[in-house]
Amino acid sequence: MLFDNYQTEDFFDEMFTADGTPRPHYQGVSDALNGVNAKEFCDKQNAVENAFMRGGVTFTVYNDSQGTERIFPFDCVPRVISAEEWDVVEKGLIQRLTALNMFLHDIYHEQKILKDRVIPPQYVLSAKHFRREFMNCSVPKDIYAHICGTDLIRDRDGNYLVLEDNLRCPSGASYMLENRNALKRTFPELFQASGVHPINEYAAKLLKVLQYCAPVKFAGDGAPNAVLLTPGVFNSAYFEHAFLARQMGVPIVEGRDLVVRDFKVFMRTTAGLVKVDVIYRRIDDDFLDPSVFRDDSLLGVPGLVNAYRAGNVSIANSIGTGVADDKVVYYFVPKMIKYYLGEDPILPNVDTYLASEPSDCSHILANLDKLVVKSANEAGGYGMLMGPWASKAEIEEFRKMIEENPRNFIGQNPISLSRHPTWTGDQFEGRHIDLRPYILYGEKIVVTPGGLTRVALRKGSLVVNSSQGGGSKDTWVLKQ
Amino acid sequence: MSTNAREEVARHKQANVMLSRVAGSLYWMSRYLERAENQARLIDVNLQILLDFGHVGAETLKAHWLPVLRSSGDEEQFFKLYETADNESATDFLTFRLENPNSLISCISNARENARQVRDQISSEMWEVLNDAYHFIQGADAKKIWNEGASAFYDQIKRYSHLFQGITVSTFSRVEGFEFIQFGKYLERADQITRLLDIKYHILLPKASDVGGAVDTAQWHAVLRSASAVEAYRRYYVADILFKKVVEFLLFDESFPRSLKFCCVQMEDFIELITDTSVESSISTEPRKRFEAFLSRLSKVTVDELFNSGMHQFLDTAQVEIAAIGAHLYTNFMYHPPVDIQAEIRFQQQQEQQQQ
Repeated sequence: MLFDNYQTEDFFDEMFTADGTPRPHYQGVSDALNGVNAKEFCDKQNAVENAFMRGGVTFTVYNDSQGTERIFPFDCVPRVISAEEWDVVEKGLIQRLTALNMFLHDIYHEQKILKDRVIPPQYVLSAKHFRREFMNCSVPKDIYAHICGTDLIRDRDGNYLVLEDNLRCPSGASYMLENRNALKRTFPELFQASGVHPINEYAAKLLKVLQYCAPVKFAGDGAPNAVLLTPGVFNSAYFEHAFLARQMGVPIVEGRDLVVRDFKVFMRTTAGLVKVDVIYRRIDDDFLDPSVFRDDSLLGVPGLVNAYRAGNVSIANSIGTGVADDKVVYYFVPKMIKYYLGEDPILPNVDTYLASEPSDCSHILANLDKLVVKSANEAGGYGMLMGPWASKAEIEEFRKMIEENPRNFIGQNPISLSRHPTWTGDQFEGRHIDLRPYILYGEKIVVTPGGLTRVALRKGSLVVNSSQGGGSKDTWVLKQ
Repeated sequence: MSTNAREEVARHKQANVMLSRVAGSLYWMSRYLERAENQARLIDVNLQILLDFGHVGAETLKAHWLPVLRSSGDEEQFFKLYETADNESATDFLTFRLENPNSLISCISNARENARQVRDQISSEMWEVLNDAYHFIQGADAKKIWNEGASAFYDQIKRYSHLFQGITVSTFSRVEGFEFIQFGKYLERADQITRLLDIKYHILLPKASDVGGAVDTAQWHAVLRSASAVEAYRRYYVADILFKKVVEFLLFDESFPRSLKFCCVQMEDFIELITDTSVESSISTEPRKRFEAFLSRLSKVTVDELFNSGMHQFLDTAQVEIAAIGAHLYTNFMYHPPVDIQAEIRFQQQQEQQQQ
């Protein structure tokens, strides 16, 4: 049997308890996999990889003149979440996004939370992605973060913790959907006994959200015209942009396809100019409108912000949501939940120290070899010090950076991420994983029952990012 | 038309709205794949034809390949890369060299790159065929497969193209995008047929005495095969392969889907549909009238007249007319000149100040 030599070691294993018996919600998967031998499993694994290559579910390796394309590594063993666990996760995510959205509305209007000193004002006002030029600018239905991808991890005891929020342009939803399709095609027998929640309505729900957020001045009959704005075909996430646009049936546009006239946005079509009402943008704030933000941006649309302010076009996510992604602001999310909702957070944060608080700072500096240090506005596993694994030189480099600019750093106790059986070519071994569920905020907040489980394929590695040797898994939420 | 009125008209067509950039990509996707198919057949047939000749010297080989290289206008580039034209260098250049913009690998890569830019617009099946073709010719095994059997290799390329045509017809809605795909396909095919005949002209001209000889028949047979036209020709004429009949068939036949006439009539139909979608009344009708005039000439002229007045000149004119109508549609429907970003930024900033 393939799991005969499997070791959970001293980690929380998603599939097996410490004594090696499968957890109840993994029973179906375990039974199905026990009927497969190594060669058969390899064949399945190859079949999935070929399917991704054929379908062009790939990213382009940037520094390669041949334009080599690779697939994101995919592991055929699904990650399974029981109905009870999911119930908690779902409630926690809805609670968190509700509070974050209230926070965004507040700081761009009355700033009550700052006046009440729940969050020291300088932290918000100094945040890199705080857009003061949008003070008192209202957004349709008061929704700022329409699409959110929150990264969750589980600690040694199996508790779910929030690692970070992504309220700008979270990516990966297409991989969640493609992973499910691929696994269904190659491994149908896995699904039979389990009762898995389908996720294929994601795109339809996303479109509903976009249409729900039509601009205040939208008065046409029928649905508003939505488009997906991409930086273009050379962006590494272009596959995802095209995928979602196709699933929603909306045009995918580049900056050069749009033009602003009379404070309205139009796309240039074979039949002349056609008005655009809602833009699902996959371009960061900085590049959105060169007449307001970075004027060297060739990706954006001059005048887009004018049209947005005039209430003629909606943008999802809204401009200025990045302030909530700031790792220092992250520290205050549990306080926000308490402040706005009067509730205790259902999903806790990872214990975090702020380098800008003198007492925390001395703790961080004294324990650089034990902590994980992150810069406030980096993503993708960059700008990060993994203390216990870092060299002396790296530690000293971070010490200098922290002393120079404490506002830009936080420290966290390293979390021993949960592990999951993962195919290594000839057998299963435990590999660390995280989870990114996708949350949509329209008429109400909906969490897609599933998500993107990322897995650190390198033995012992805790970094799950695709840019650094990470792969992914299909993620199941069971119906019961 | 004012912006408002234009907006109004455009609203009615919303279900069908198509970015000009997208139309352009569909058009080029289609053209490049059609070009690849024609090139594949041309190379294959020219390799095979040599088999009929038995042993041939270096000069003959060169004389054989030069017109083929010339027909796509890449002769100069060829001699930058190779010393002489023989089977090996010519097929390598026409198949695998990215430096040759019309090589199979260039055509397939371009078709696929255009498809990639409009992936949201085409069916997954269409994309997968192009992606497969790309990985086939780009892959590490491509040369090995070619060495094991060039014919099978070119067959595979042709099959990708045929598969793509079939899938397009059976999975792509008959909306505007379809018109651009078809227009591109027929335009490319029409252009290629004139180039194919022109190659024969190059070969034929120096040795008029050979007309009707065994070599000549083999060559005309090859021309027909290059156009996938042997069976269709035989069925129509039930006769030997005679050069006049071959030319007549490939230029003027009304029902064979690779004849110049057939392709031009199809082009005209799709031009009608495409221009009908437009709300721009400012687009000149002059180029269309010119193309119609060419079409009517195509209906009247006879093969004998062509041979008397100059076959090459006629093929040249045909290429010019086809290119002209293509350029007209491209500039008016598929291409927008890039915006002057700096001017646009200044304009938007002024707008905002006036508002305040």
